[in-house]
Amino acid sequence: MSLWVLRGLRNGVVTTHWPRRPDEYADTWRGPVAGREGATVAADVVALCPTGAIEASAGAVRVDQGKCILCGRCVAARPDVFGWSAGATGRAAAGLTRRALVVPAIPETDEAIAAARAGLAARTSALRRSVHLRHVDAGSDGSEEWEIQALLGPVYDIHRLGVFFTASPRHADVLLVTGAGAAGMTGSLRETYDGMPDPKVVIAVGTDAVSGGLLAGRESITDGVGGSVPVDVWLPGSPPSPFSILNALLIATGKLTFDRKGAGG
Amino acid sequence: MTATSTEPNVAALWGALEARVADGGRFAGLFAARREDTAARSQDTAALRDGTAAARRNGAVALYALVAGPDGIETLETTLPSDTAGYPALTPRLRAAFWYERVIHDQTGIVPQGHPRLAPLIRAGDPQEYALPRHVAGYGLFTIPHGPVRSGVFESIEYLVETPGEAIPHLNMRIFYKHRGIANRFTGMTVADGVLLAERTEGIASVAHALAFCHAVEAITGCQVPEEAALVRVVHAELERIANHLDVAMRLADAAGLAVATARFALHKEHVLRVVSGLCGSRFGRGVVVPGGVTVSPGADAGELVRRLGQLEKQILADAETLMGTSSFLDRLRGTGPLTPERARVHGALGPIGKASGYCDDARLARPYDGYPMLGVEPAAEHRPGDAMARLRVRWEEAAQSFRLVREAISLLPARRSPLGVPPPGAAPPGADALRADCPPADGRAVGWAEAPQGEVLYDVTIEAGRIVHGQPRSASFHNLVLMHEVFAGDILTDFPFIEASFGLSVAGAAL
Repeated sequence: MSLWVLRGLRNGVVTTHWPRRPDEYADTWRGPVAGREGATVAADVVALCPTGAIEASAGAVRVDQGKCILCGRCVAARPDVFGWSAGATGRAAAGLTRRALVVPAIPETDEAIAAARAGLAARTSALRRSVHLRHVDAGSDGSEEWEIQALLGPVYDIHRLGVFFTASPRHADVLLVTGAGAAGMTGSLRETYDGMPDPKVVIAVGTDAVSGGLLAGRESITDGVGGSVPVDVWLPGSPPSPFSILNALLIATGKLTFDRKGAGG
Repeated sequence: MTATSTEPNVAALWGALEARVADGGRFAGLFAARREDTAARSQDTAALRDGTAAARRNGAVALYALVAGPDGIETLETTLPSDTAGYPALTPRLRAAFWYERVIHDQTGIVPQGHPRLAPLIRAGDPQEYALPRHVAGYGLFTIPHGPVRSGVFESIEYLVETPGEAIPHLNMRIFYKHRGIANRFTGMTVADGVLLAERTEGIASVAHALAFCHAVEAITGCQVPEEAALVRVVHAELERIANHLDVAMRLADAAGLAVATARFALHKEHVLRVVSGLCGSRFGRGVVVPGGVTVSPGADAGELVRRLGQLEKQILADAETLMGTSSFLDRLRGTGPLTPERARVHGALGPIGKASGYCDDARLARPYDGYPMLGVEPAAEHRPGDAMARLRVRWEEAAQSFRLVREAISLLPARRSPLGVPPPGAAPPGADALRADCPPADGRAVGWAEAPQGEVLYDVTIEAGRIVHGQPRSASFHNLVLMHEVFAGDILTDFPFIEASFGLSVAGAAL
């Protein structure tokens, strides 16, 4: 046993300093695709996307990041129109409304986002120091679970931020939902949500949870989890990196003060 | 590579299958596919794209078995008339078909007559079925329902543990909660989209699934993967194996309450995932494997990659050695969840589970693909006990070999490419010829395979007019998970997390 004590000291401190200080891995993370502002294209770019995330109207192109599975096909074909969004963190890396994931932003959603933010802030003001999480898999491919699990590891170590996982929904403040919304999980997901005390916050983790991803439109799934539980924070990614999940968590609980991108206000 | 033989009826199909198995073949799956009714299809390509088209609903049903042998995967097939209500079940003759026939019943409604237990497996059936079943009778016996929402970060599955308090005389598993309808989704997709779906079928084995799918497509189109791409595929497949085995070690250490060991293996796993994301932008190697080759190559970064992996290998294997010398940990693994060599052989147990019970059918060795023939893949060392301990030993041996294979593969890579395959400004796209061969459109059917960290993954793919008309994945998770019914002899409730972790399977790959 004493050997393990020595081994634990072997690599020194490996934990990231984010959000107190920037982290290179978080900043160089390749996020979902964004349409470039002002790019004008023919309507045929829509066909590039396997999940229908690209919207082109009147020559202006927008990408719904909530549908983006990061295959990069559009970036490879039209690098002048599409580009990867850089970095896993910042307010722009997750949306407070479903439509907020559309970039370039739709002007009229600003008001909706402000309203969503005020509502979330009012609810989460009670979650001061310690936050407890509960995770439910509603039909994921298994990779999102790995990335959530990583938050408990020494690199991300969410315990340092006062965030803990709990086994019982009765003790949970935040619900992390992964997966495309498998029809068989709808009941269990709803029961878990109902079992949580108020105030509670729901984060849809990953493109599958936001929109259903590649499976959207099939009768075996509910096209994301938004129809089963009221989602507060929408986090795209296939899967999102642990930094993205941590960032979404801090947005959800009103703990994100570090805002390098300055996006979204 | 992939032969298909057609049998006149079900009895002949079972006969042919049993003859293959008696000859040393391994039963690798039984499936049913509703063929399109060509009369109703009426030249309408929209019907082809829409998997729920009426043309598909009324067609005849093809019932087919896959058999793995040294020459590849053979398909034995027979056609059931469209109005078939049932057929004589295979399970009473071959136990390994137990779950396969339940899936056939769920998907087509056709009844395998004489099947021992036709409860829903991947589709939630009548709510009556939700009542807690009881297989063992006796004083004080009760059922512990565990799942589908479980404590901790797990995929959704429900275990119904029948117990008098400590021992586990019977375990029942319900995997249908997270059934996503993956197999049906392939229908109507283009080949390029099919790879993306294959990568998301079992997310923790994205590379292996993409490989198996692409191997099927490449067999149909007859395209030859360039040598460099074949080696890059090995690099990503082996890194995926290392990450998966570290995940199992982490979960086992966690189950034993070894906090430092858990943190160490979590750290190593994170480092491996970061190496992968440094190579391709995805921590799961997604987007790398495409039909005909790969999209990126470490190229000029190869030297740095070898140095980094060398560091990691040293640290990981040192921690593994310490773990295998921690007696309080080993006490929990020794004799826990034993799978007898006889059962492993008869069932055709895949991957580390089979190897730990002395049954080794590693696709990298038996049916080598991509860069493996150029490299020295060693057969698994002889392990007989088949317990959680043997399974962990196998994983460490595999991880050590994976590091060696990655090193060998990189040493054979030509160092002519710029980092991440990004061409210098103004240059042509990074040697599409060297990394990716052209896959001309072609029609046909083939079975592709690859050795995932969990064991062999198969894809049965049929392409018509540039679109997939049938895509059937078979993950090692599905084939192996059913064995968990049989390994609780003498084990008690507190052994459960060790047994589950030592299997190292993904529910996503099983429930599809």
